[in-house]
Amino acid sequence: MSAAATGATALRVLTQLRRDPRTVALLLFVPAVLMTLLRFVFDGQKETFDNLGGPMIGLFPFITMFLVTSITMLRERTSGTLERLMSMPVGKLDLLSGYGIAFAVMAALQATITAAVAFIALGLDVGGSPTAVVALAIGNAVLGMSLGLFISAFATSEFQAVQFMPAFVLPQLMLCGLFVARDQMAGALEAFSDALPLTYAFDALDQVAAGGEFGGRGWLDVTVILGVTLLALGLGALTLRRRTA
Amino acid sequence: MDIQLTQEQPAVAAAGLNVSRGDRRVLHGLDFAVAHGRITGLLGPSGCGKTTLMRAIVGVQILETGDVRVLGAEAGSAAVRARVGYVMQSPAVYTDLSARENLRYFARVLGAPAARVGEMLELVQLAEHADRPVANLSGGQRARVSLGTALLGDPDLIVLDEPTVGLDPVLREDLWQTFRELAERGVTLLVSSHVMDEAARCDDLLLMRDGHLLATLTPAELRERTGEEDMERAFLRLIDRKEVLV
Repeated sequence: MSAAATGATALRVLTQLRRDPRTVALLLFVPAVLMTLLRFVFDGQKETFDNLGGPMIGLFPFITMFLVTSITMLRERTSGTLERLMSMPVGKLDLLSGYGIAFAVMAALQATITAAVAFIALGLDVGGSPTAVVALAIGNAVLGMSLGLFISAFATSEFQAVQFMPAFVLPQLMLCGLFVARDQMAGALEAFSDALPLTYAFDALDQVAAGGEFGGRGWLDVTVILGVTLLALGLGALTLRRRTA
Repeated sequence: MDIQLTQEQPAVAAAGLNVSRGDRRVLHGLDFAVAHGRITGLLGPSGCGKTTLMRAIVGVQILETGDVRVLGAEAGSAAVRARVGYVMQSPAVYTDLSARENLRYFARVLGAPAARVGEMLELVQLAEHADRPVANLSGGQRARVSLGTALLGDPDLIVLDEPTVGLDPVLREDLWQTFRELAERGVTLLVSSHVMDEAARCDDLLLMRDGHLLATLTPAELRERTGEEDMERAFLRLIDRKEVLV
């Protein structure tokens, strides 16, 4: 591992993002706008907004970072820069960690802005601590990034990469328990949702939103999120080939 | 000649190199060596396998069979990755960053001193345009950013895939002079081109056609064997004879 290569990569990715202010603005502010929409969609139902709002703050970064990472990585593959890097004495995990740090920084900003708007301007109430919501949001962003990185290896064009979002993320969003409690789904779907990482991401957020003790179940959720992140990063590293056909 | 003979081993040595891409065999059992500290031209028509051969030497190409050794180690192995510079045909740089930012990034990744960035910008004559996004540079300028990147780590072997395509004659002249200076410092250069008049600037030639090596010789030998002064005509004559002079 080389801290210099990791740091340089994180800095490079952030510099690239800075060159694209529109993308940064969309990344940072769209979730806050959606949160505002949600508040007024449930205008007379403060309780519903309170129940959904916390988990939403934590799930937005998962979705956006999945998408941004898979496109960024695809560009790296198609522009030849990945081939150049792979011909250099640089570790694959150094590159991936660099990406991870850059997108975690973006996620922290995104979640902080969304949380500030939701808690201060929109009067969102969660049982637990808003800081825990933001911390989980950052964890979910890194989870989304690592999955996006891995999945992007199977896309050969940006069209495909964009379509992986509805293909991989929307089913997880539908089954994670956000819209309908998992025990009310068809049995097979409930069982299937046990195998999806977003289920645990939502459950952890739901625990915080509900308040009370963040107990064993919450920590199990966090462990699963971290474990899947590491697994996806490992699989992602395998898709970075020094040699290609 | 004595200097040649005392060279311990060639910079690049390939034996029985076969490569297929998809279901098509691209390289057919190549055996060759590239001498140290010389400029070797890899010449042949478009699509003859030059890029695939260069990728095999850099170690980013999956080989079917055969063996490529670079600077005494297996091509692409960790031991030689830092000593080989690779300039791809398309400038593989970040177009949303400036030339300076690109060089700075790759210098950090390579562990090259920061001062190298400025040196490279001077060498590839981009100091004036160093802070403009690469996307706003001309094709030739982008190619030079890519070249600068490959030279950052002070490599012992530089593999250049069609580095002079799209460059104006003045720049092309400058670039060949840079190549010559590098060779005089002991750097080995492998330069591909489909422009035969560049062959005359090389010390040695590898001539390729349809994935086969037609000949390994010097420009003087090529002229002598074909009886043609003009490199373009000499090469055409060689193809015409369908003979293999390896």
